Amino acid sequence: MTAAAPAPMRSGSVPAHPPEAADLERLATFDHVVVSWVEDAGYPMSVATRFDADASARSVTLTQTNPQVPTDRELSVVGSHIHPTPGGYDERRYVELWGRATAAGGGLRFSPTRAWGWDETVTPFFEYSERSVPQSRRYLAALSEEKGRPIKPRLSLFWLALRTTRLPFLSATAVPVLLGIAIAASHGAFTWWTALLTLIGGSLAHLAINVTNDIFDTLSGADEANTTPTQFSGGSRVAIYELLTIRQLAALALALFAGAGAIGLLLVLVTQSTTLLWIGLAGVVVGVVYTAPPFKLVYRGLGEIAVALGFGPIMLLGAYVVQTGRIAAEPLLVSITIGIFVALILFVNEIPDRPGDAAAGKRTLPVRLSPSVVQAGYLVAAAVALALIAGGVATGLLPWPTLLALLALPVAFRVYQGIKVHYDSPYTLMAVMGMNVNLTLLVGGLLLVAYVATIVWLAMRP
Amino acid sequence: MGWLPDPVERLLEEGLVAEVTVIGRNGRPITHPLIPLYDGHRIYLHSSTLFSKKLEHLKRDPRIAISLSDPVAMKGNTDRATIQGTAHLIEEDPHSDWERLILELWRKKEPSIDDFLKVRVALPLFFERAVIQVRPERCLYWPQGLTDRRPVEALPPSLEAA
Repeated sequence: MTAAAPAPMRSGSVPAHPPEAADLERLATFDHVVVSWVEDAGYPMSVATRFDADASARSVTLTQTNPQVPTDRELSVVGSHIHPTPGGYDERRYVELWGRATAAGGGLRFSPTRAWGWDETVTPFFEYSERSVPQSRRYLAALSEEKGRPIKPRLSLFWLALRTTRLPFLSATAVPVLLGIAIAASHGAFTWWTALLTLIGGSLAHLAINVTNDIFDTLSGADEANTTPTQFSGGSRVAIYELLTIRQLAALALALFAGAGAIGLLLVLVTQSTTLLWIGLAGVVVGVVYTAPPFKLVYRGLGEIAVALGFGPIMLLGAYVVQTGRIAAEPLLVSITIGIFVALILFVNEIPDRPGDAAAGKRTLPVRLSPSVVQAGYLVAAAVALALIAGGVATGLLPWPTLLALLALPVAFRVYQGIKVHYDSPYTLMAVMGMNVNLTLLVGGLLLVAYVATIVWLAMRP
Repeated sequence: MGWLPDPVERLLEEGLVAEVTVIGRNGRPITHPLIPLYDGHRIYLHSSTLFSKKLEHLKRDPRIAISLSDPVAMKGNTDRATIQGTAHLIEEDPHSDWERLILELWRKKEPSIDDFLKVRVALPLFFERAVIQVRPERCLYWPQGLTDRRPVEALPPSLEAA
């Protein structure tokens, strides 16, 4: 009763289908089946029994049971498996066939006409769940109508805020802003409260852009088409899950933009810096054209450049200008390195999204480029970003402690290797995406340590 | 305790999965693997709104059969049983009704559920759930799982007396 390597199970969103040999081969892997029918009294009845599946004949021989399996009505024949583990279970899979049985010798010959099933080793539970989101919406809409009041999914305010704004990604703002402040401090300029305001304003702008991006990706269908989202990719999905409406998201984005804009204007007034005003305006433009039509840079493969500009020169140089009132080559060079690493977060996070992005016309770089070019491109970009630091030290533009950043090179290489191995597997790629986010934090952290050391050394110098 | 035979109550308490059959739109039997929970009187099943077609079927026809058949899912217990009954859906508040009604029972059977609940934010719709409360009305029990032999049949006391 065993079959060698049945074909992959159809996934959760595919309707029941005429049985194929693979469905029978898959059924043959179970120890027993449960046969169900509807009794004359109107109740379903189920009985477990032994069986033998014949894939080539598309039939199943069932051992007769007591009560007897009827031959005058439709039957359901189910093979189901679960593997208990300490505290839970795994290896869930089942196959369900529908059809009728005829008497055959001492048993029954069951001829299926429809089949259905799920195997979590083929369609991971998270993907199966995502494919089932439309069913949840349908059910809740019908329930709301039935009860005469809206019944919507909920999350606590804390988790909803975290999910909606994708708060953990704020590290991508903290790194360039803190570096800009640290470089300014190493140049003798530091005001704590404008530094704090810069960090808050930059964070609000980042969160506003996250929410805006979600609005457009929801409206374009890119997020809905993505059935393998992860904690790093596929958007917040709060609108798809109906946790919030698009209108609520738009209001939130506007509030966040307004907060960021107010802080930006305050800083311009305080510093009297027209340079800061231009940098701020550039930030607003880049943030909006990233996903908003008609520009939609991220849909045209230009998202990485927009992100590199936004989280590199605009954030880092902006933070530097707030403290010093001027632009300088040193923070500009560091901002390019940081901008590249933050852009590489987007670049890697787009890899698992590419089927959904392609379906929605979002032609990101991983959609446009071959896997080998994407993988090589990652390594080259990371190497160039670190080489800029080495070059800066060699030319005397950067203090020598910034060479510490080169310690991140092996991590960049491990991310590159991870991308190669897990390129087509969204869920196993998650660990690599996490490592890639940590790489940016590592580079930023090492550069911060370098600048703090430089500040201390300069302060202690006679 | 309820009227179900002791060996069947053991199956309900130990079983990690049951094959639950409902009646589909066109009268066709449809079977779903679900975790059975038992409080000594009622059987509780539950379903995420993600996988809620079974709930739609039960609204049309609440008659249900629960088969306990897999020794692997029954901690090695080879007995088998099928319980027929009527389902009552509890879905006023899919966000939290189930926590109040069945979380303790679920936790006993699947302790790792608490780890998933801590990260409810990761899969919020999975934890929007309806409870299916089943009133057992007939039970067939096959010692050692020998379903080709006549089962022991049990009925609730009210029907037994009738």
